[in-house]
Amino acid sequence: MRRRNVDVETDDLHRAALFAVPEAMDTPARQGNGFSRRSFCKLLGGGIVVLITTKPGRLFAQRRAYPEDLNAYLRIDENGGVTLFSGKIEMGQGIHTSLAQMAAEELGVSLDSVSMVMGDTDQCPWDQGTWGSQSTRMFGPAVRAAAAEARTVLMNLAAKKLEVGRDKLVVENGVVSVAGNSARKVTYGELAKGKQIARLVDEKAALRSLKEFKVIGRPTKRMDGHDKVTGRAKYAGDVRRPGMLYARILRPPSHGATRKSLDTSKAKSMSGATVVEKDDLIAVLHTDPQAAGHALALIKADWDQPAAAFDTESVGDYFLANGGAPEVRASHGDVTSVTANVIHSTFRTGYLAHAPMEPHTAIAELKDGKMTVWAGTQSPFGARAVIAKTLGMDEKNVRVITPFVGGGFGGKSSANQAVEAAQLAQIAGKPVMVAWTRGEEFFFDTFGPAAVVKIASAVDDQGKITTWDYHVWAAGDRSAEMFYDTPNVSLKTYIGRGGPKVHPFGTGPWRAPGAGTNVFGRESQIDIMAAAAKIDPLEFRLKNTSDARLRRALKAAADAFGWKAGAGPSGQGRAIAACTDAGAYCALAAEVAVDRATGVITVKRVVAAQDMGVVINPEGAKMQMEGCINMGLGYVLSEELNFKGGAIADKNFDTYELPRFAAVPRIETLLIPNDDLPPQGGGEPAIVPMGAVIANAVFDATGVRMFRLPMTPARVKAAMKT
Amino acid sequence: MKQNIRFRLNGKPVALDTEDDRTLLWVLRGDLDLTGPKFGCGEGFCGACTVAVDDVAVRSCQTPLKAVQGKNVVTVEGLEHDGHLHPLQRAFMEHGGFQCGYCTSGMLMNAWAFLQKQPHPSRDAIVQEMDGNLCRCGAHQRIIAAIQDAAAKGGAR
Repeated sequence: MRRRNVDVETDDLHRAALFAVPEAMDTPARQGNGFSRRSFCKLLGGGIVVLITTKPGRLFAQRRAYPEDLNAYLRIDENGGVTLFSGKIEMGQGIHTSLAQMAAEELGVSLDSVSMVMGDTDQCPWDQGTWGSQSTRMFGPAVRAAAAEARTVLMNLAAKKLEVGRDKLVVENGVVSVAGNSARKVTYGELAKGKQIARLVDEKAALRSLKEFKVIGRPTKRMDGHDKVTGRAKYAGDVRRPGMLYARILRPPSHGATRKSLDTSKAKSMSGATVVEKDDLIAVLHTDPQAAGHALALIKADWDQPAAAFDTESVGDYFLANGGAPEVRASHGDVTSVTANVIHSTFRTGYLAHAPMEPHTAIAELKDGKMTVWAGTQSPFGARAVIAKTLGMDEKNVRVITPFVGGGFGGKSSANQAVEAAQLAQIAGKPVMVAWTRGEEFFFDTFGPAAVVKIASAVDDQGKITTWDYHVWAAGDRSAEMFYDTPNVSLKTYIGRGGPKVHPFGTGPWRAPGAGTNVFGRESQIDIMAAAAKIDPLEFRLKNTSDARLRRALKAAADAFGWKAGAGPSGQGRAIAACTDAGAYCALAAEVAVDRATGVITVKRVVAAQDMGVVINPEGAKMQMEGCINMGLGYVLSEELNFKGGAIADKNFDTYELPRFAAVPRIETLLIPNDDLPPQGGGEPAIVPMGAVIANAVFDATGVRMFRLPMTPARVKAAMKT
Repeated sequence: MKQNIRFRLNGKPVALDTEDDRTLLWVLRGDLDLTGPKFGCGEGFCGACTVAVDDVAVRSCQTPLKAVQGKNVVTVEGLEHDGHLHPLQRAFMEHGGFQCGYCTSGMLMNAWAFLQKQPHPSRDAIVQEMDGNLCRCGAHQRIIAAIQDAAAKGGAR
């Protein structure tokens, strides 16, 4: 499969045609979309184009340059090539492959005849952004419907051409032939030749059934593999434009700091360096990125820094003291009705960096009144809007192109580096690249918030949970739902997930936002109750839930693990934990060893069982689950941002420790068949129970309960002594 | 200091007149137009910039240009031969030893240099050797499996 939206110079007629789209859309679709859509399709050139509509306003309410009711399109050109245009982006999660698979499946073509154009605001329909494990489950049906409609159009054309009824035709690899007479055939390319057909469908178009699937559901190698193993895959930092300059920007020593003085004279005198001073944007530009760094070091500035309200250690207590009134998210029964044997626990987690291997990078070029920005972002259309607003330009004169993104995990939902690059390109009159250093990445990351969970719960002498009083600060309520049967439940959130008034620096979604904290709390407390009731933790869970999908996930994980029953702490160092997230269910079983003397936890084995509905690409789904488990080891064992107020102490990977090869356990993943359910989110669930399953396993090994993540050696060692 | 620097890059001679304290990474990515070696952390902690100098893996972001005077530099772009992927590249594809792909060039070069000195390593040796290269997506198992597979298929080439 080719990828065509990176190199603007080699782009084909799609781009030329689509450049004119915003002008053609001056009549908003909702006022007479027939005309708009026809114009739009005309501009796409020959072939067959299928446009998709979903319920207006659901995902696409803010779209501007396209008909309001259109959110994907697919084109079959005169050579039989299929191009799928999607505003989603590829950051490692594999939708570059899974979306193409869905199109290939419904169309009846081979996967390698499908090209993807992704995340290009001039070529692709508006999209809200790539996050929340939504691409496959929400965008997928639209892609499949488009392809199914295209197939219907092509089959009708073929029936006419071959002079047989449609029911007599079969299609394979883009060739339509008469059943039982393969010599009577016509290719999709021949059918599309000289045609200009546009169709509009909604999601309800007839789709192929599971039994007919040839591409969906088969383990498929990633289509971006060749480019990625040869170094050919282009990321934002790999884009080169004639006359481009590299920028380095003056940064404050802490968030909230104000500049008292500035001296750029030495930088200005450096040969080849250009200094930009525009309000708060102080930057140096140079043809060599290192030299730009040297020039930046010559700038002197003094700053006033605000006092710190809290730091790494005191953040939890600060939230508890300043949480204000709760928001009741769930309530039934009366949690105050149970007073005997109530177990009170407090769980804490720290701020987390996304730390993608590719720092935020963008390059902007202003040419003939049009600003083009290549940016590593999860939200190309969001970036376009902010760039246009900041620069005082019309959105139609701003184009954001998203090459491959080197990891996002929620951290590239905003695109400040793209705004900076566009501002500097506008000022300098030359293309400018802004590539954040790792220090800048750690400073301007939108960290996953630190959070606190307090739970008061009780279990009766039958081993049944009787009450569940749940309070959470700064994690929100994602995955917090009490899926164990409990007569008295209260779920209250405080300060949501925080925000600029609460946190001293930027925060935002971190892979399954808040869910890891909530499930660390819930599934730890469940284990605590199981131990108090002297019941095996798996049996305790099964005894307390009638949720069929949860039961199935728990049993699947336990069976694959070879679960040996026994109340905790059993000394085996094994545990189980489960969650529901993004429509999926996931259960993890894990085994650890704990060195009591050093406090080092070794995760030996993790088994993951996930029910995510129909699985488009089982291989891709398993890669995502493994990735979740490996990434999860970080927030569970070592990752936590060190800070004091707005001053961030971690500047690189020497102090902020990501999981490494040596930490990686044996991992087994299994997908629980559930073909009655449409595809659900698969990129996040398995990271969610990691804190709980490891903490529970540490308890099972040692009898010591850990209440705070990450479980660093120092904390484990301290806990073993008390 | 401005100097004439000559070395072999992916088998071909290269000559540059430039400041010799510039880092190899930015000379490769800028002057020499290669974008396989990536900037990840700038301080040698992550390994995304890894290239081989005389068959030894180095962090190109920490390597001054003068250090490669007269030497053989191999980047990920140099692994293919006559249009054929190197066994390591094939194995990374086959095993899915990547997700976002940003660390992949560095992983491949670290593994390539390792197999030059140790063509048939144990799994533990691979883990130890690769431990300094970071992957945030969590493709670790598959990377290890790919290296084992490539070694078995003569990846030391």
